[in-house]
Amino acid sequence: MDFSSFLLMRHEILLLAIILLLIVAEIFMPQNKKSSIVHLAIFLFGIHTIVGFFAIDESSLFGGMFRTDGLIHFFKNVLNIGVLIVLLQSADWLQEKIVQNNRGTEFFILLFSSLLGMYFMISSGDFLMFYLGLELSTLPVAALAAFETTKRESSESGIKLILSAALASGVSLFGISMLYATTGSIYFNDIIEVITATNLSILGLILFFAGLAFKISLVPFHFWTADVYEGAPISIASYLSVISKGAAVFILLILLFTIFKPLMYIWENLVYVIAIATMFIGNLFALRQQNMKRFLAFSSIAQAGFILLGLMTGNQLGVATVVYFVLVYVFSNLAAFGVVQAISLQTGKENMNDYEGLYRTNPKLSMVMMLALFSLAGIPPVAGFFGKFFLFVAAASEGYYLLVFIAVVNVTISLYYYLLVVRAMFLRKSEHAIPFFKNKLYMRLGLIITVLGILILGIYSPLYDYIFDLSNNFN
Amino acid sequence: MDILSLFITVPIITVLALVFTKGLKKARLVSMVGSVIQLGMAINLVFAYFKERTVNDAIMVFTKDVVWYEKFNIHYNIGVDGVSVTLLLLTAIVVLAGVFISWKMNDLPKEFFIALIVLSIGVYGFFISIDLFTLFVFFEIAVIPMYLLIGIWGTGPKEYSAMKLTLMLMGASAVLLVGILGIYFNSNADGGALTFNILEIAQVNIPFEAQKLFFPLVFIGFAVIGALFPFHTWSPDGHASAPTAVSMLHAGVLMKLGGYGIFRVAMYLLPEGTLHWSWFFIILATIGVIYGAFSAIKQTDLKYINAYSSVSHLGMVLFALLMLNKTAWNGAILQSLSHGFMTALFFALIGMIYGRTHTRDIYKLGGLLKVIPFISVIYVIVGLASLGLPGLSGFVAEMNIFVGAFQHEDMFYRVSTIIVVSAIVVTAVYILRAAGIMLMGPVKNEAYLNLPKVTWYEKTGILLLLIPIVGMGVAPLWLSDMIMESLQPFIQGVL
Repeated sequence: MDFSSFLLMRHEILLLAIILLLIVAEIFMPQNKKSSIVHLAIFLFGIHTIVGFFAIDESSLFGGMFRTDGLIHFFKNVLNIGVLIVLLQSADWLQEKIVQNNRGTEFFILLFSSLLGMYFMISSGDFLMFYLGLELSTLPVAALAAFETTKRESSESGIKLILSAALASGVSLFGISMLYATTGSIYFNDIIEVITATNLSILGLILFFAGLAFKISLVPFHFWTADVYEGAPISIASYLSVISKGAAVFILLILLFTIFKPLMYIWENLVYVIAIATMFIGNLFALRQQNMKRFLAFSSIAQAGFILLGLMTGNQLGVATVVYFVLVYVFSNLAAFGVVQAISLQTGKENMNDYEGLYRTNPKLSMVMMLALFSLAGIPPVAGFFGKFFLFVAAASEGYYLLVFIAVVNVTISLYYYLLVVRAMFLRKSEHAIPFFKNKLYMRLGLIITVLGILILGIYSPLYDYIFDLSNNFN
Repeated sequence: MDILSLFITVPIITVLALVFTKGLKKARLVSMVGSVIQLGMAINLVFAYFKERTVNDAIMVFTKDVVWYEKFNIHYNIGVDGVSVTLLLLTAIVVLAGVFISWKMNDLPKEFFIALIVLSIGVYGFFISIDLFTLFVFFEIAVIPMYLLIGIWGTGPKEYSAMKLTLMLMGASAVLLVGILGIYFNSNADGGALTFNILEIAQVNIPFEAQKLFFPLVFIGFAVIGALFPFHTWSPDGHASAPTAVSMLHAGVLMKLGGYGIFRVAMYLLPEGTLHWSWFFIILATIGVIYGAFSAIKQTDLKYINAYSSVSHLGMVLFALLMLNKTAWNGAILQSLSHGFMTALFFALIGMIYGRTHTRDIYKLGGLLKVIPFISVIYVIVGLASLGLPGLSGFVAEMNIFVGAFQHEDMFYRVSTIIVVSAIVVTAVYILRAAGIMLMGPVKNEAYLNLPKVTWYEKTGILLLLIPIVGMGVAPLWLSDMIMESLQPFIQGVL
């Protein structure tokens, strides 16, 4: 193996370099300029994101433990963009609350380590690498969820996250061990050839699925979601709901469509039922939420249910539509979380009725929120509509019209609660409306990127074609 | 840029211009200019269409086809025939009249006009689409601004009405989406590629089983916005709560999307499904016609009277479409146009009366003919058009519908036709009752003696709508010819 093949791990190596660089930088940073660690981290990560766009070959390393191809590479870029937006949106919060306590570097190191874990997870070529990636991506987030140590809810959410995550990964590992027992290998390429539907392998599949379902917060593994989102710092909640969920969806998709393809007639039914349950429970629970973070938590559960529609195909169409949807979802959900974050940072208010009359005081922020919610609800011409429509096309292409019908009923239910927020912002007038405030540069940048994404991604069709071509491995 | 894409680009430019305006005066000026250009283009399109027809006998003319999503075979594909040309003209007129009627919109004027124009983008796009996907996109764009328009600028229980209207219409469009997907995945039944193109799908023999399954979905998806009987409940509440211009646009234009969609998508693409299901929907439409008319009798709120009358009149459109012959279809399109102008004018007049007297309860009004004669006289004229007086638009439309309906000879059709015809009598009752109580007799309230005069912008708005009503009644032939000619390929597809 020559050294240049390490360049296949460009994302991972660069991110690791950034982490180390930040540790060194903190040592040399003068005490009165601690806040510049935020600028440095965002700057470095911005460069990392840009560098990520250069093309990479399709290949594997370490005897097949680590593999990469166009689609995986693309998805890492999606994660990068998402994390960059999260960083931009949380920069002000970091400078005001975190850097003062000399904990800025920790935040970045933990966040980037978690991202590094996700890189490894989605690039994994065997279950060992997968499991290491899964753990590396989860544990730092639990620390981050408990990052606001002065708040009781924050610690609570950290504990909740780590307990459920530990249980989930344990269950997953148990499933993996069963798969190993039936197939005699942990390498994906070997398993594909020998896997058959025995009782043990089916049980293994289900347990493995359950572990990832925790991360995607599918019903009935969703109970931690709302509490954790509510207690955790908003930037971590948005990270969990977008990046963490996106990565888990992606690897689940790849594994179901490759090594578990022979068992498709089994997991199809599983996904069918879970999709319906997730959509209904997410939507029905979202109806009554007052806290915006809980609201978005249940909304994101429901969105995960829609994603499952794309899994029903088991082919290239399904991969392309799911990846496209996740990409759109990154922008839409981060826009919504960004507005919640901006308002929470300025005023400390997080409830829906605090938003009453927002349009009359902060029109731009309200417009961003409305676009984000419309995109989540799937209303044209914003990107979310296209994402959802394509998922429905994917499910209908296999003849699941009933499932699509249930999904569109859920779209209508979800429209109700998204419109509740629009109602508070636009329709209501309030004496105690949140006064006008100006966002700082980073926050504004973070919101502008998401809005551009929401507006352009749908109408700009070559992007979908590009994703579709990338996923031709699943043809 | 081609002549049809301008119908979408001009309003988009208007919206962009509106974003940079400040205050009511500039906002209304910009929207007026934009709408006048749009009306000019619509009139120009009528002449261009006649000219084009002499050399081009394709189903759709002025077509343009740009690939959008290649993998799904989604195209931005536009074109018009006689039916869509007339409906575009209707839209342009009602939007312009709506802008004039909202001349004094003081609360958030810029946002109001933006939402109004965005709504019109959806409607224009819907009428020119040949591709099912773009058609659906424009359909939803036309619906969603209603939530803000009613919710922010409405009156009464506006939040409730806005939510009800939006959810019912979006729910319907969701059902429609399933139907469209069903059509899409059966569009390769003859071995071709999957396509959203309406004209191409029409050539495909979609299996009967699929037609049976998807026709009701598509039909109901469109019929909800066309106020089909059990799904009409959003309409009275929505119209009553909406501000004047929005009621005008909604009843005048938006509800026409339903009939148009049924005719263009449901019946044209799923002809066997149509034949299979038509008895069921004829019953619903008949109930709608008679139910709307009787409900209107009992109402005391002017807007509710009108909203229920819309349910009745649009029920007639659906009824005529289900008669599946050329005369009745011609009547359906004419009724759509006629109802569009009439009801928009009704709502404009009600808005003016309400703006002056601050009540819409007919029992609190009285003797208005003495104090605001201009508005009252126009109200009577429109009322007469609505109950089908010869010489005005309503007569032409209803005449065609009933002549068409009577061509069916079996018992079921006869009975339902007779029931629908009898609704005309009920229509006369509620129109004349409202006009009698409200306009005649002594002036009930002294404050009404010095109501403000009708302003120039109100007159302009009224005239814009009145001219087509009279025009259609006096000289229906050119319009009817244009529509008839375009119906030919569609009726052939169904029968």
